[in-house]
Amino acid sequence: MKTPKNTDTRAWPGEIPLESLYTAGLAGQMFFSALQERGEIVGTRCDPCKQVYVPARAFCERCFAELANPVTVKPEGMLVSFTFCAYDRDQQPLATPQALALVRLDGATTVMLHYLLKVSDPAKVRIGARVRAVIKPKAKRTGSILDIEGFALMGSA
Amino acid sequence: MSGKPETVRGTPLETADFKKGKVFTVSYVPKLEYNWDTGVAVGRYLEELKNGRLIARVCHRCQRVMIPPRMFCERCFRPTDDWAYVQDTGTVNTFSLCYVSWDVRRLKQPEIPAVIEIDGAAPGMGIMHKLGKVNPKQVRVGMRVRAVWKPAAQRTGSITDILYFEPIKGGAGKPAKPAAKRKK
Amino acid sequence: MGMRRVAVVGAGITKFMRRALETPKELAWLASKAALDSAGMSLDQIQGVVHGTAPDAFDGLHMKGEYLSDGSGGWKKPYLRCYVGGGTGVYAIAQGWFHVASGLFDTALVVCEEKMSTCLPHPQAAFLTIFDNITEQPLKPNLLWIFALEQNRYMARHGITVEEIARVSVKNKHNALGHPSAQLGAELTVKDVLASEIMAWPVHRLMVSPTSDGAAAVVLVAEDVAKTLTDQPIWVQGVGWCLDSTYWTNRDLYYPEYVEKAAWMAYKMAGIREPRKEINIAEPYDPFAYKELHHLEGLQLAPKGQAPKLLADGVFDRDGDLPVCPSGGLLGVGNPIAAAGTMKICELFWQLRGEAGARQVPGKPRRGVAQAWGDLMQVGTVVVMGTEQPA
Repeated sequence: MKTPKNTDTRAWPGEIPLESLYTAGLAGQMFFSALQERGEIVGTRCDPCKQVYVPARAFCERCFAELANPVTVKPEGMLVSFTFCAYDRDQQPLATPQALALVRLDGATTVMLHYLLKVSDPAKVRIGARVRAVIKPKAKRTGSILDIEGFALMGSA
Repeated sequence: MSGKPETVRGTPLETADFKKGKVFTVSYVPKLEYNWDTGVAVGRYLEELKNGRLIARVCHRCQRVMIPPRMFCERCFRPTDDWAYVQDTGTVNTFSLCYVSWDVRRLKQPEIPAVIEIDGAAPGMGIMHKLGKVNPKQVRVGMRVRAVWKPAAQRTGSITDILYFEPIKGGAGKPAKPAAKRKK
Repeated sequence: MGMRRVAVVGAGITKFMRRALETPKELAWLASKAALDSAGMSLDQIQGVVHGTAPDAFDGLHMKGEYLSDGSGGWKKPYLRCYVGGGTGVYAIAQGWFHVASGLFDTALVVCEEKMSTCLPHPQAAFLTIFDNITEQPLKPNLLWIFALEQNRYMARHGITVEEIARVSVKNKHNALGHPSAQLGAELTVKDVLASEIMAWPVHRLMVSPTSDGAAAVVLVAEDVAKTLTDQPIWVQGVGWCLDSTYWTNRDLYYPEYVEKAAWMAYKMAGIREPRKEINIAEPYDPFAYKELHHLEGLQLAPKGQAPKLLADGVFDRDGDLPVCPSGGLLGVGNPIAAAGTMKICELFWQLRGEAGARQVPGKPRRGVAQAWGDLMQVGTVVVMGTEQPA
């Protein structure tokens, strides 16, 4: 949307200029270094609360204990929900709808959001399906959530 | 517990830590574009700026002539009653000499923001603007100033239709009388 | 008044840093956890949570209150964010106070956080929107303008000099050397302060508090709970807050009327008639050096225009008659906007219990006032705390 020039004293077009640089944080350092260096997905566990947080978190939200030790989880899990979104964030239609997955990796008690890969027909997707994380080759990894390409239905190529 | 060192946590970072790629980061620039409605009062304020004039609103109950104009009096909490033109001259209530721009650049010549009490408005009723054509060392609280306008063809209906306020030569006298309450 | 008595039984704080590795959530957790540990309490004993944090723009997170909730112990609890600009850090305690005083909760955790370093190129850019979007922003103002304009007005009305103001930086940065969280503790002279670059005359660089990342938290409990946890509860004796309009150019900036009103609201509740005599420690908000003086006058702790003289006479030193900012203030400890006010609350808690270590004011202080300020020269928030249980 192009900002209109001000020719009308009834409306004032303007911007709020903002630029943010987020640090990954204590737990984020653990998570992204494991992902970048070893291609592994790590979480942290709170045994008293029986929680395994993936991606890793620095503290348990339930009992507030410090969770300093990462645990690697298998890059496979269950599809908890999915959608195919036909619009972008500016409400403009997408040429190809974006497929999204909510996944609980095996061993985790939390759910992650990422892209759902290699499928364009919602009829082919079922909640409860087994999925596999597709991780980029090391040379392409930068320590970002996009080092994971997305989740693919297992049994698909 | 007191503020004992071992109980105070936090991991400070240096700029070098970022440069060495030791810190994982994500950068984000949101697109925040707006079309704000000016409302009746500010809409008229902008229109009159385009005409080379300053306009105010009057509350009959507290009897303040208010600039920037507003359709309700925030003190009496009732609608304001009249429009009134005010002068484009005033008195410097306070000022600063700022050597840092809005985008954090150092300036050799300072910008001179000021609050200017506008002649014809209620006592102490000021607007923010900038001073110009003045030696920074000579700016004083209490100085008399006058608006310098853009030529009519360049005015768009903005506070920047006034380029700046400059000192009134030899103007150490009393402020002008309050404006007559005139509707357009 | 029919309200229950409320005490602070624990306090926690992080380091205040120019740039922290921790995410905003992790900062909030570190402070909250430290507060709970100091009270000897666990998270499940907290019934309600109040979080205070300033504009979403700093941390760059939309709906920052919600984002911070699990780091503030808010998971599956009644949780409320409050926000009055820089006044938040003290106001949040008032909000926590009425959670407990009302009888709705026996225990409340109050935590305030800010991570300003997220904001590029400099956190001050996020303050652009403080100015009116239509009648002021086209002038391309920056935050320094309004402080410099206010400082100049204060100086001009009373004939105060920059030297007198510089003394605040000297005192507070010196005091901060004793604070483990401090970002900018230092031994300075008035000459050092005035030799620092003029950013916006009459404001010099060493008169400006730093932008910071940090968090601070306190635990508030009802009277009967307090007695099971500690034999040194610090009571919330009064709370007050007041806002002026955003038409900051329509009023005389030399005196913060809204701070006076907030102060009397808190003093009345605390039964204080002569603040200067009945208060032993003051922690006014000092984002800029002159602000400490400006606010002391609003708090009725110095007559109008007289605060600089009392400062020069040593009245406000740590061993003076009325110690002011024994913590080191924002100038010395740091200014993560909302957390800064709560840092002052933590300071009163420790001072009144004799636990402030190197910063401890002598004598046995019984009562202190913390004050914060914010928005467009607009809000005063005040809390009075003391060792004596309210009547």
